[in-house]
Amino acid sequence: MRPFATQLRAELDMVFANGETLLLTLGIPVLFLVFFSGVHILPTGTKHPVDFLVPGILALAVMSTAMVAVGIGTGFERGYGVLKRLAATPLGRPRLLGAKLAAVVAIELIQAAVLLAVGLGLGWRLPSNAAAPAAVGAMVLGTAAFGGIGLVLAGTLKPLVNLAVANSLFVVLLLVGGMLVPLTKLPGWLQAVAKALPASALADALHAALGTGGAPTATDWVVLAVWAVAAPMVAALVFRWE
Amino acid sequence: MDRPATDRRTATPDRGTAPAAVACDDLVVRYGTTVAVDGLSFTARAGEVLALLGPNGAGKTSPVETLEGYRRPDGGSVTVLGADPVADHAAVIPRIGVMLQRGGVYPALAPGRVLRLFAGYYDDPEDPDALLDLVGLEGVRGTPWRRLSGGEQQRLSLALALIGKPEVVFLDEPTAGVDPEGRLTVRSVIRSLRERGVCVVLTTHELTEAERLADRVVIVDRGRAVAEGTPAELAADRSDGSIRFSAPAGLDTAALAGAIGAGAELTETEPGQYRLAPGGTAVPDALAALTTALAARGTAVTDLRTGASLEEAYLAVTGGERIGDGTGGGRDGGAGRGGGRRRGRR
Repeated sequence: MRPFATQLRAELDMVFANGETLLLTLGIPVLFLVFFSGVHILPTGTKHPVDFLVPGILALAVMSTAMVAVGIGTGFERGYGVLKRLAATPLGRPRLLGAKLAAVVAIELIQAAVLLAVGLGLGWRLPSNAAAPAAVGAMVLGTAAFGGIGLVLAGTLKPLVNLAVANSLFVVLLLVGGMLVPLTKLPGWLQAVAKALPASALADALHAALGTGGAPTATDWVVLAVWAVAAPMVAALVFRWE
Repeated sequence: MDRPATDRRTATPDRGTAPAAVACDDLVVRYGTTVAVDGLSFTARAGEVLALLGPNGAGKTSPVETLEGYRRPDGGSVTVLGADPVADHAAVIPRIGVMLQRGGVYPALAPGRVLRLFAGYYDDPEDPDALLDLVGLEGVRGTPWRRLSGGEQQRLSLALALIGKPEVVFLDEPTAGVDPEGRLTVRSVIRSLRERGVCVVLTTHELTEAERLADRVVIVDRGRAVAEGTPAELAADRSDGSIRFSAPAGLDTAALAGAIGAGAELTETEPGQYRLAPGGTAVPDALAALTTALAARGTAVTDLRTGASLEEAYLAVTGGERIGDGTGGGRDGGAGRGGGRRRGRR
């Protein structure tokens, strides 16, 4: 237990000491939530934009932590030979991955607490028929899916290429993932593509669970589950430790 | 340990019957079609410092990384503390210390923090502060790794290799990029490890480091061990009874040889480097005559020695590729790959 706890503390220390990571995981989501709740320029389709934005930006937060923050950090650790060196300690790969996963969960809990608090402050109200367990389940599957994608990139690309690709993917999925703009506002062909991606499935599931109320659709669950299984499996196959 | 103590390469009386802490037996490592290690065998026991010496690309890192459990042998076998480092990874890893050739440290973390982190991986770690002092990094304990000098980074890697109180330590190029003061530190750390009975396996492409650090040297060339022994044994293997010295370039070698005795031959192997074959004259007499003749000419002589150096042994067995610090003489001709290619132990 001690190696795991030691590593988890180090992972969290490094996240909180890294300004870029904090900006990505907390700064940008909070900024988007506050700005677009106050400046009604997004076609959210809801009476109060904040009702659409809180679930959407929770999905964004999961993506930023699991895919981008962890993916970029792990890519640089691979480039610096840290992963190789750690393999020659009793920590071992399973506990290293476990510590990273625990760090992701911890950061997501902080993100969720901050975003929900800011949302409440901006007038968002949890609907009476909200499905909290469904929201948590969708976030768990989303974390697995985005974590897997981040590790596929981190384990195959050079650190700086990984940085660029992960950030670009983040922006693209942010735009077509139904997080800030409803999917229905996209052209038909783009909607079709977007619906198969984990970003829109997670955002859609959270909009259902926390926004309009009610259960996520079967399509959301299937898309999320497939990505949540497939992406980590591909990562396990293609990840190069050095 | 299940490995018999009477391995044929370790059974010589002077090396005792202690089981090998590290054994590499006919190891082959391939990368695609490239053969990096081609039938390499060596052993090292507790309290011994073994150096794998060879030019860059000779195949020194691959055997070390195989011993560390990073890859499986493509042929032959390796054991560390009697176990297979891949199959018994979890049992072997806590008992060994690893210093990679470069990197391996979180760039944002400072030495004090990294050492405490690594200490947390082990059940009974060394005191991080004591290790910081040992490798002389107490002054930069709070400086992020990326802002340390190359030598400081190397010394931190060395300290990290020791944090788990290892029984076997693998050091890949431990003095590369380290300044002279840091080298003294590294040497004294390695000496203290040997005194505590730790087995140290290190690689180096620098002859002087091998000569100063190692009890035994395995010269590796193109993935094979081409010679093995103590630095003195390796040098003695190549000795031809000649006397070597350094003096100003352009001495009148014929006149000097004539002053030493009949049959003496003096050649300037490269500018300022001389080799005297005493011929029929006994070595002590030839030495006396040589110094007298040089003194009479007012010529300063430096670096006078009888017998060969490790460098000459090295150049002979590797076929003359230049490595290391670039000082000293060249090949004596003839004793190249064909004649000198042997694994020797007296």
